[in-house]
Amino acid sequence: MAALLEVKNLRTHFYTIEGEVKAVDGVSYDLQPGEILGLVGESGCGKSVSAMSVMRLIPWPPGKILDGEVLFDGVDLLQLEEEEMRKIRGKEIGMVFQEPMTSLNPVLTIGKQLTETMELHLGLTPEEATNRAIELLEMVGIPDAGSRLPQYPHQFSGGMRQRVMIAMAMSCNPRLIIADEPTTALDVTIQAQILDLMQDLCRQNGVALIVITHNLGVVARYADRVNVMYAGNVVERGSAQEIYHNPQHPYTKGLLNSVPRLDDTVKKKLDPIQGLPPSLSKPCLCQFCGEPQPTLVEVSKDHLAARCNADPNCDGWFPRDLG
Amino acid sequence: MVAEKENLVEVSNLKMYFPVKKGIVFQRHVADIKAVDDVSFTIKKGETLGLVGESGCGKTTTGRCILQLNTPTSGSVNFDGHELTEMKPADLRAFRSRMQMIFQDPYSSLDPRQSCGGIVSEPLIVHNMVKSKNEIKDQIEELLSVVGLNPSMAGRFPHEFSGGQRQRIGVARALAVRPDLIVCDEPVSALDVSIQAQVINLLEDLQEQFDLTYLFIAHDLSVVRHISDRIGVMYLGHMVELADRLELYDNPQHPYTKALLSAVPIPDPVAEATRERIVLEGDVPSPLNPPEGCVFKTRCSKVGCSGGDVTMELMESSPGHFVDSCVHSK
Repeated sequence: MAALLEVKNLRTHFYTIEGEVKAVDGVSYDLQPGEILGLVGESGCGKSVSAMSVMRLIPWPPGKILDGEVLFDGVDLLQLEEEEMRKIRGKEIGMVFQEPMTSLNPVLTIGKQLTETMELHLGLTPEEATNRAIELLEMVGIPDAGSRLPQYPHQFSGGMRQRVMIAMAMSCNPRLIIADEPTTALDVTIQAQILDLMQDLCRQNGVALIVITHNLGVVARYADRVNVMYAGNVVERGSAQEIYHNPQHPYTKGLLNSVPRLDDTVKKKLDPIQGLPPSLSKPCLCQFCGEPQPTLVEVSKDHLAARCNADPNCDGWFPRDLG
Repeated sequence: MVAEKENLVEVSNLKMYFPVKKGIVFQRHVADIKAVDDVSFTIKKGETLGLVGESGCGKTTTGRCILQLNTPTSGSVNFDGHELTEMKPADLRAFRSRMQMIFQDPYSSLDPRQSCGGIVSEPLIVHNMVKSKNEIKDQIEELLSVVGLNPSMAGRFPHEFSGGQRQRIGVARALAVRPDLIVCDEPVSALDVSIQAQVINLLEDLQEQFDLTYLFIAHDLSVVRHISDRIGVMYLGHMVELADRLELYDNPQHPYTKALLSAVPIPDPVAEATRERIVLEGDVPSPLNPPEGCVFKTRCSKVGCSGGDVTMELMESSPGHFVDSCVHSK
């Protein structure tokens, strides 16, 4: 099957007072139609920036996509004119942002915000759009949808607002939805509701989904395949099963050992990763062998891990600030 | 079986209502937000009691009421045999050095204009625990090395530290006056996963070293289960279940506890695929207007349970395992 999205060697840097920050430095991944891909990593590892780059939502200045290709259905999004890109955003690729409080416009009604994209992209009349908006709100589990349309975002709870965001992302029947930390701001019981909803909707409609999160549990529960990001690079990629049961990269191993699990039977000490993630404004050298750039090497079928070219005995490319 | 340890903190029938007022000149009292409503529990010496619940369930307010940072509406807080709620401010001050707090956000809980050494030594100066400048310097050095920071960093300011290091400064500040009880209010929520483990390990080591008692407040159940000896589950101002850490996870009684546990994903796709899932419907009701009777009834999945005419009260279902009476009676 042809990949729906193929990101090749993407590099997005930010030019700040402190120098050039290599937020995304050579990231490649692909996504099949209807697949759920988890993008995990800590804050500042470049997971959001890599997704924003796909949508070309990096503000210049200070950020710039320097290099790479983003092939969506065979078309390189980075080469498109802004006008054409606008037809993709919201129509072909939907997006769900982290903060449902700030990503909805507080002075427009929910109905206005929902129908706007549909009138624009699908050419529906206001009446048709309103009917579809009611259908969408019912689909995402908002009761009494008709009377909720003229309401404003502040009249919705956090979970309800995120449901509206999902309805908005689904409104133009996209083929891909990028969800950037969709549940980080929500409580656990609401988190489960929202993620279950997204999973069901994507499976039913054959929409591919990229879930960006720092929560390893969320990825284990929902993702088919996982990309682990660290210091602007993908350091491990594989099926969820492989990543959790047969981690190959020292960072992935460290991450899995450092989180307490709900099903631990004995109380044992956590095994934290020592030190801090490196600053991305300096060259990220591997702590073991000093290699500046990782190479993704296939360790088993469809399972890749970052290795150092210079030293074949190195455990994996793993820069760390141990000071 | 070791001898039963004595209680350090006894909280009984604690209520904390925040009044809602209307009007500009003549303020009328129109309603109460029942942040904490009739909560009772004890914390034994040297143990860690975990408090979990969703945002707005009153877990932080409970912690603050114990420290008398909020004056409770009613109820009693007994600390090592002394009733804190009726104490005069001057008498209370002596107890303040025995109870400390670690805050959630390491970015806003440290004064940006004070050096790390200044932050850590301030409680010592306030409580007259140091005599000379040299003594202050020694204390700062000792505290910083205890929490795993380099003592030479004492002159630096908070912005020069990373999130994990800042939280270590917060821990050092709490530790400075050698307290008996530390209320940890979401101490690792703002930190990244790999840094969380470092701070959790530090808290565990310090507990052993200084014989500390923790009240550990967090919404992350995996973390709470890891660090606590006993866990209390709170919902809408009430404690609905209280049990030993393993008992609570192996044998949860209250439907809310069950749902909460099943909502937390486990980082293992195989374990995830085989788990039983309970997804709660709807949102938490507003604490301004909580349901009559059982506060959980709007989301309760129990068939035939109306929950309308019961009072919220903890009952012992098996030794050491307390659960809300609405569940216990059925």
